[in-house]
Amino acid sequence: MTQVERLAFMGDEAVAYAVKQCNVDVIAAYPITPQTIIVERLSEYVANGELDAAFIPVESEHSAISACVGASLAGARVYTSTCSQGLALMHEILHAASSMRAPIGMTIANRSLNAPLNIHCEHSDVMNARDTGWVHLFANNVQQAYDLTFISFKVAEDPRVLLPVSVNIDAFVLSHSVEPITPITDEDAAKYLPPREYEYPINPDRPITYGTMALPDTYMEFKMQFKEALDRVPEVFEEAVKEYEKISGRRYWYYDSYEIEDADALVIVLGSTYGTVKTAAKKLRAEGLKVGVMGLTMFRPLPEKELVKVLRNMKAVVVMDRAYSYGGLGGPLYTDIIGVLYRNGIRIPAKNIVYGLGGRDFKLDEAEAILRMAEKGVREGGFETHVDWWGVRR
Amino acid sequence: MLIEVRWHGRGGQGVVTGSNLLARAMILEGKYAQHFPEFGPERAGAPVKSYTRISDQPIEIHCGIYEPDMVIVIDPVMSKNPQEYVYGLKKGGDIFLNHSGGDEEIVEWARSAGFKLHVLDARKISLEEINREIYNVPMLAAMLKVKKLCSLQTFEKVLAQRFSGKVLEMNLKLVKRASEEVETLVG
Repeated sequence: MTQVERLAFMGDEAVAYAVKQCNVDVIAAYPITPQTIIVERLSEYVANGELDAAFIPVESEHSAISACVGASLAGARVYTSTCSQGLALMHEILHAASSMRAPIGMTIANRSLNAPLNIHCEHSDVMNARDTGWVHLFANNVQQAYDLTFISFKVAEDPRVLLPVSVNIDAFVLSHSVEPITPITDEDAAKYLPPREYEYPINPDRPITYGTMALPDTYMEFKMQFKEALDRVPEVFEEAVKEYEKISGRRYWYYDSYEIEDADALVIVLGSTYGTVKTAAKKLRAEGLKVGVMGLTMFRPLPEKELVKVLRNMKAVVVMDRAYSYGGLGGPLYTDIIGVLYRNGIRIPAKNIVYGLGGRDFKLDEAEAILRMAEKGVREGGFETHVDWWGVRR
Repeated sequence: MLIEVRWHGRGGQGVVTGSNLLARAMILEGKYAQHFPEFGPERAGAPVKSYTRISDQPIEIHCGIYEPDMVIVIDPVMSKNPQEYVYGLKKGGDIFLNHSGGDEEIVEWARSAGFKLHVLDARKISLEEINREIYNVPMLAAMLKVKKLCSLQTFEKVLAQRFSGKVLEMNLKLVKRASEEVETLVG
């Protein structure tokens, strides 16, 4: 393990730097706030000759992802980035990318969707893409935004997987924050991600067909194989994080956690809020409250087995969603968790907090209140309501 | 140790860059730091805020700063009404103003409110030195000089990472003048 010093990076810059070190072959992207700096930096790297890649400045996100699919099927290492409306515009091709088994690395700088117009942090964009068959990873801080970029390509391009992977970074909170990170060296990066080898590249000399028509007689078989590829993600992910730990010294897992071993009350979150809740939990632990915090790194495929191991030992859980499934039972993560609880016979009270939509700040004292709420759920054996929209004025 | 800084100014004055440079300087100095802007409508002249956290431990929290240890107001007009920008400032906290310091009323107010008050006429020195109004770098240099959070050499290194040529030269001139002329009126 050879390490360089701790350096100051803005979230977007850190991602672009990682993508450069991943030595991608093709970048096709359309700038959108707050991912813009990623695309700007990458275009500079290509223009300076620091990165030998084709940079395709497309006219829309729909074209960006389409170009990525073609390049990926030709055997290239492919990257794009977007968020919010841009991800929505990509939507039909997100399905095509995964179903044609095209590995692509994508950073989503999670931002709210119109209307009303808002450019700030929310997870609704990726939640709309939840069922597209992409692997979705969440970063808690700038270091993770950097590290998960490498891991995303390692998982995506593995012949057992061959699927696109998104790394989610909270709009502004991570994309525009400067934090210290310890990068890996270019040599280690090159060893971790050698040039991609692909068995079935599209090639005019040896024509093959992707995305063919499949009528009712065969369609379900295609889809079953696709589902099974996602089922293989955990074994590949576990290898990828182990190998990454060897070069970086940093250990990744399906989730980050704080004091879950002996906790009675658990709070589960996605993204940068994890650090805030963890900081509040440290204070409550000092008071003797048995609270634990989980920040889910892998959202899709949902790591059910790993969640069950943790949830089995809890007496109450509060799930925090920075998105909402309108007309549904609550936030998307919450409905996943209550599904996991029910079908694994874990009968503990579960509560959903919907918070931080459109970038509304979630403060340390609010994190403390949520942890106390979880702890109260343990003491009282339940919660008064299933879902609360946190801090909303009436 | 955790130091939380809130910056105030107007769009176009480099409030966000000031906070960004502070975080970079502290990280270069071996500390942990976090900078994050509060983006509203991005219009020149509109009030803008930015935040810096500094610690000797890794910083995990990701939310705004509501009870800062320090408030830096870089706009000279806003600096005439510091009372409006110190909300949440801890007792004994530091205020840095882009101000000539000749206003007894402000000094009295800071003293009775229990804040430390430091002033630098960044407008005057930047007009004199470079014939342009640059506020963020001199105000940051003034703060670093008073609070001794990092050496001016480290700060100059960070400036050299960001700027080059004539622009760097102008900024270094401002750093020198600012560190000589910053004045503590209420200590």
